[in-house]
Amino acid sequence: MGPALTAALVTSHGITADEYEKIVKALGREPSYTELGVFSVMWSEHCSYKSSRYYLKNLPTEGPQVLQGPGENAGVVDIGGGLAVAFKIESHNHPSFIEPYQGAATGVGGILRDIFTMGARPIASLNSLRFGSIDHPRTRYLVSGVVAGIGGYGNCIGVPTVGGECYFDECYNANILVNAFTLGIVKKKQIFTGIAKGLGNPVIYVGSKTGRDGIHGATMASESFSEQKEQRRPTVQVGDPFTEKLLLEACLELMEKDFIVGIQDMGAAGLTSSSAEMAGRGGCGVELDLSAVPLRESGMSPYEILLSESQERMLLVAKQGSEAEILRIFEKWDLDAVVVGRVTDDQQFRAFWRGEEVANIPIRALTKEAPVYQRPATRPPQQDRLQQLDLASIKEPKDLLATLKQLLGSPNLASKEWIYRQYDQFVRTNTVVGPGADAAVIRIKGTTKGLALTVDGNSRYCYLDPYVGGVVAVAEAARNLACVGARPVGLTDCLNFGSPENPEVMWQFAQVIQGMRDACTALQVPVVSGNVSFYNETDGTPIYPTPVIGMVGLIEQVQRVMTPWFKSSGDAVVMLGRTREELGGSEYLKWVHGLTRGTPPWIDLRVEQAVQLCCLEAIDQALLSSAHDVSDGGLAVALAECCIGNPEKPVGVRIETREMIRGDAALFSESQSRIVVSLKEEKMDRLKELAARHNVPMHVIGTVGGTRFTIQPIMQVAVDELKAIWSTGLASRLK
Amino acid sequence: MHWGVITFPGSCDDHDVFDALKSELGQKVKLLWHKDELAGNFDCIVLPGGFSYGDYLRCGAMARFSPILRGVVKFAQNGGLVLGICNGFQILCETGLLPGALVRNADLQFICRPAYLRVEETDTAFTSGLKRGQILKMPVKHGEGCYYADAPTLERLHKNRQILVRYVDAKGKPTPSANPNGSVENIAGICNETRNVFGLMPHPEDACSELLGSTDGAKIFNSIATACADKATSHV
Repeated sequence: MGPALTAALVTSHGITADEYEKIVKALGREPSYTELGVFSVMWSEHCSYKSSRYYLKNLPTEGPQVLQGPGENAGVVDIGGGLAVAFKIESHNHPSFIEPYQGAATGVGGILRDIFTMGARPIASLNSLRFGSIDHPRTRYLVSGVVAGIGGYGNCIGVPTVGGECYFDECYNANILVNAFTLGIVKKKQIFTGIAKGLGNPVIYVGSKTGRDGIHGATMASESFSEQKEQRRPTVQVGDPFTEKLLLEACLELMEKDFIVGIQDMGAAGLTSSSAEMAGRGGCGVELDLSAVPLRESGMSPYEILLSESQERMLLVAKQGSEAEILRIFEKWDLDAVVVGRVTDDQQFRAFWRGEEVANIPIRALTKEAPVYQRPATRPPQQDRLQQLDLASIKEPKDLLATLKQLLGSPNLASKEWIYRQYDQFVRTNTVVGPGADAAVIRIKGTTKGLALTVDGNSRYCYLDPYVGGVVAVAEAARNLACVGARPVGLTDCLNFGSPENPEVMWQFAQVIQGMRDACTALQVPVVSGNVSFYNETDGTPIYPTPVIGMVGLIEQVQRVMTPWFKSSGDAVVMLGRTREELGGSEYLKWVHGLTRGTPPWIDLRVEQAVQLCCLEAIDQALLSSAHDVSDGGLAVALAECCIGNPEKPVGVRIETREMIRGDAALFSESQSRIVVSLKEEKMDRLKELAARHNVPMHVIGTVGGTRFTIQPIMQVAVDELKAIWSTGLASRLK
Repeated sequence: MHWGVITFPGSCDDHDVFDALKSELGQKVKLLWHKDELAGNFDCIVLPGGFSYGDYLRCGAMARFSPILRGVVKFAQNGGLVLGICNGFQILCETGLLPGALVRNADLQFICRPAYLRVEETDTAFTSGLKRGQILKMPVKHGEGCYYADAPTLERLHKNRQILVRYVDAKGKPTPSANPNGSVENIAGICNETRNVFGLMPHPEDACSELLGSTDGAKIFNSIATACADKATSHV
């Protein structure tokens, strides 16, 4: 069935000559057209992790709290009291560039399914977005579409979007990044996994009908864009959040019963990957009757049915005899549920179409024995030149207040309210701290606990020094959690890179992983799930290496939660940590001087940990009124955010600097391991004790109060004026 | 008193209303399924927010045909209290229990942010525990929350004092910038002529806990509970 196999047809499936040889060897014969399709998606970079697997195994994935590490639909971490959280981040980059609304929407839909397939009810989503230059003619269209798509899906399914980040840089002009994170909560005893076992157990298909949408989506995600990318639009799936909402409720209702053996989302590579991966994990075989699959359109071939990436579908393996009860639950929710196959013991993936066998492949060949490459990695020759930065040649601006205003109104630093006000941030009534703070905080109903969530990644740092960039991405995420009073329990990563076939990209990848590994080890945060997105480049130009870290932290007493904003007049302002003359890779250097040069700020992980612990203990002891991480834009921007970020009312501050470094560095250096806190004068001695005990540098730098933002002797301005610039900086450019 | 909260396919805030009433306010509350007939004794039925039946046609247009709605309409006609929040407000307009319509927000974008509401009338069960001119803070979150009514309808709303809450700024002024969606006259919620059906776009269930930033939403639910208790006593 299907066309005869030619070398050109094999190549067009993204299968190399060597890989084709392996296929023939695994089968002991030439594959059929349908089988070639199955191999092409299962061996795609997206599904097989063939270029990244070798490096990913270096990441620490264990900890006493880890219930499920990488390799499942999502990672699961114990949070005590019989509860656990499942979370993961995933990319939907290429589809979102081609069709921003549907691409982003189905990205959210996919990650939500990954969470509830584990038995967890999704309770919070975040997203990390990267767009091209704000002035690029396509950027406005892409931002509007992506944001509307994320909102359109998330709002409709009733999961709040509580935080995220968004950056603009030319390197994403032709390849935007849309990374979606979701966290769900699950009883420890009711965690489900994607496993098939039990000879004769039925394989049940539930959810939307299968159409031709998304065929070869996984393959598309595994190759670089070219000029013809627009023609790929038909490979973008169309989302139906209403059906997903029904699927979510029906699955969770079903999971209260004891019918399910294993369950997996039909995501990338659809029916093929879900069934093969489940059988792979269970060490069994699977047999599918494709004629039984509910179809949306007529005339679909077995090849198309196996490879369709139609959304809102799940595959489950049930206990024999429970079929009727399962079908009844899905009928209640007006969803299709059909037995489409059964578990076998021959360890083969077999598919039938109208009684005729159309695929018969060893499961091993599709899963464990899929190719793994240790691709060549080379440090780019231009890296040295890139890291050179002679500060003497950078002219210090005369009017540093004007520079601060310029930065606060810049798209990367301005308020992101225009984006997040399009997301329902409140549904499920758990949102204690929503978007705009260092980390989002949700309460866990029925307990005194809270969860803090953040997504972070500075790709400019990674471009200039991928090792340091990897360290900083993890450290900053943990620091954000510390600022709200949360201790990290685990992280998930979305690794967005160029082509793995480019040795310089592979070097970046290896370096970033090493940096992440060192930071995870030092800060004791296990990696529990993740996603790799390669081939983010257009016509040979890769994006900056962009690891995005989604980190989750636990707050034992959510009442103690801390926010970044100054609260009361008279509170002292203190900086934990030290500012150095580190302008390399800074937002200031980029936005004001147009340079992406130098080395990113240095980070000492022992100091980092000490600063975080000091902040956490200060919050535990109720010493602080506010805590805010100093990062993009440096101290001046962080202080301004403390004054103007409060959604209720801006407040002034008076700062005295005694820095012995050049003025622009004192204000805008992005030295790591710094937190600005404010507190009542009478609590100062106790904070000093804590800082001394942790060996953390601590300086009293000013006082909260009034309506002006003053940094003596450099600048003073009305806080309302800064607030106006910051509030409209992004919105005015996107209107 | 007894509360019923309807779950339509696509309801998102049904559990939030349920939780707020049960856990935060200690009320007796039951979830009702859209395919069932309305059965049992209820003092107040809540139509929650969300996207009933996906709202792919027009918000609330499908839900009005669901089996349970027949009972709800009868319940309202017999004087029972009905509260529609967000999608629930849209459904009440579609059924004709409330006049006017909710159309796409003026700027065409979904909007989620805290809003200030001014209480305009207090002679309803929903607002009897509040003061005229009182300011309440609670979130709005909707794509189709722009209230529209033609001139004769607006005139009737005025004459019968059916406008119960308006969008205002923190100082209580109904300014254009305080209006999140372009609603005519900053209208955030209205009741029917017999004052037993109330629809509003903002979400009181999201404002029932100090930890979440406001307990002003609880004031509406408590008002209803008190009114029902008073009514029960007066019947004795």
